Amino acid sequence: MKGMTIIVKKISQIICPVIFMFGLYIILHGHLTPGGGFAGGVIMAGAFILQILANGNILPDLRKEEEGLEFMESAAILGFLILAGLGLLFSGGVVFFANFLDKGELGKLISGGFIPIENVVVGAEVCAAIATIFIAMVVYKDEEKK
Amino acid sequence: MNSLIPLFVIIPLGCAFLMAMLGRFIKNINKFITPIFMLSLVYLTLYFMLSSEGTLIYKVGGFEPVNGIPIAIYMVMDGLTKLILLVISLVGFLAIFYSLSYTKQYTSERKFYVLFSLMIAGMNGIVISGDIFNIFVFLEIAALSSYTLVAFGVEKHQLEASFKYQVLGGMASLIILFSIALIYWNTGTLNIADISRQLTLNCSSPEGTSVFLKFISVLLIAGFGLKAAIFPFHTWLPDAHSSAPSPISAMLSGVLIKAVGIYVIIRLFFNMFPLSYELSMTITVLGTISMIIGGLLAIGQWDIKRMLAYSSISQMGYIVLGLGIGMLVLATGGNKAVAALSITGGLFHLLNHSIFKGLLFLSAGAVEYRTGTRDMRKMGGLSEVLPITSRTSLVGSLAISGIPPFNGFFSKLIIIIAAIQAQYYVLAFLAVLVSVITIAYFMKLQKYTFYNNDASKWKKKKIKEVPFSMAFSMIIMALLCIILSLLVIPDVREIFLKPAVDILINAADYSTNILGI
Repeated sequence: MKGMTIIVKKISQIICPVIFMFGLYIILHGHLTPGGGFAGGVIMAGAFILQILANGNILPDLRKEEEGLEFMESAAILGFLILAGLGLLFSGGVVFFANFLDKGELGKLISGGFIPIENVVVGAEVCAAIATIFIAMVVYKDEEKK
Repeated sequence: MNSLIPLFVIIPLGCAFLMAMLGRFIKNINKFITPIFMLSLVYLTLYFMLSSEGTLIYKVGGFEPVNGIPIAIYMVMDGLTKLILLVISLVGFLAIFYSLSYTKQYTSERKFYVLFSLMIAGMNGIVISGDIFNIFVFLEIAALSSYTLVAFGVEKHQLEASFKYQVLGGMASLIILFSIALIYWNTGTLNIADISRQLTLNCSSPEGTSVFLKFISVLLIAGFGLKAAIFPFHTWLPDAHSSAPSPISAMLSGVLIKAVGIYVIIRLFFNMFPLSYELSMTITVLGTISMIIGGLLAIGQWDIKRMLAYSSISQMGYIVLGLGIGMLVLATGGNKAVAALSITGGLFHLLNHSIFKGLLFLSAGAVEYRTGTRDMRKMGGLSEVLPITSRTSLVGSLAISGIPPFNGFFSKLIIIIAAIQAQYYVLAFLAVLVSVITIAYFMKLQKYTFYNNDASKWKKKKIKEVPFSMAFSMIIMALLCIILSLLVIPDVREIFLKPAVDILINAADYSTNILGI
């Protein structure tokens, strides 16, 4: 897959950080506003995918990228599981997924106990997974041509 | 004690993602850690089995029921659950130990262990979940990882088999999801115990079960029947189970079709729906037909693993037959002792089949590993060069054909005695007949694979016995084939089988036990 023209490249360079920030915003406000880990993760993955579409791919680089994303995906799920397990630990071995952090004040960014942290982890997982799927397809298609 | 229940999902799930991460940095770490995790599951299951009685409930998130309506997702640990968990963890451990040597032929070994752990997590989740939608979620985890594992060798026939499996499995999932939606629409709850209560409250009309209930039941039989490969839905099984890597074939045939298919069918039709004569008859008839068809189709096969796969359909028929006769007797208000005997036979055969079918698939895998072919016509005389594989395969064949003193004899005997006591003479006769057919095709397998020829061809190729880890798993399973026949002794049966049978016999107690109303 080749890259596109300089116009597309430049425009995508400008808007990708904005899309990325928007994804982060959705994730961090998951417990306050609509959306959350999943929706935000998809938007963040969208920023990556836009970059790849605009700039084309260089196979070895993408391979490396894919490996890193795979690692991030596993780490995120493991983080989710560990957080849930910590709930089991802090609630005296009774409740898996117990919300052991301070709940805070309703409507504030830092509130809701460990739900924002779970949202971040879910966001990382979804972002990594969707980007991995996309890259896998691109790499596969290019290898098929050769 | 109750709070240990989620560990059955946490341990394999954590293992899977830990392996996916660490495997990248430390070579071969999967091979050391995955068997340890699986062994811990075996230990945990035995601990639950020997130390606790009655039904244990775990409410995820710790939400207590409000006005008797359950809010939290329930995890339920009762006798039947423990039995199936034992099957999963035992066969899972032995299969993963076998894979230590077997997977050397693949390029991405690391992912094999990750997917394997995920499949175990899915199956454990199905078995301990007391919530019908969560059963569906875990079913998808188990199914997706098994689709991938079937295609793990990425050869042409493996991809084709996996695709066929995916299409039919996807249809099954769709049907199951549709019926879950209908259940939710009608009862307003997803908790199995609560659904059971709502159905008994709503359906006390004189005609008995309503049309709606029958429709859902038929959908569920079709959906989970596809997963369990009962007769009209069995077409995917011979391809998928024969193309998969051998430890995976052992897991699929030995455990997956039972945990995903049979377990859910009996859990739902005994404990959730009110028992009805028509449905019991349908299940029994389907079981009988798959018993006969599977047996007849297996005779003509020349591919060693394909024959075993058809044999799985036939043996699943036995299990369904045993459980179905129990359902029929209970539904017609017959003698409970006869129903208990029949269900004992069915569950006992389920346990036995997972062991000897696992053993046979592992032996077939060992033969394929050393000779590179699955065609029985090209084998022969292997008993001299592969002594351990030959002996263990012989034990497996004798056990599955029902030769005393192996475990298969006793479970088939119990099913046949129960069929006679329940006065289903035709079914008893057919069970005996299929047993004879079973002997026929396993004699064919033994003769063409291990005897019938001299070993000079193989000695020229310098074929040796399989490595330690493969041989170890096969020997342990062969020993289990003899040890499990001890379960006919009443005292031993009290511990392992009776709690499971009690859950099914006293079907109505399930919802009262869990809801506490």
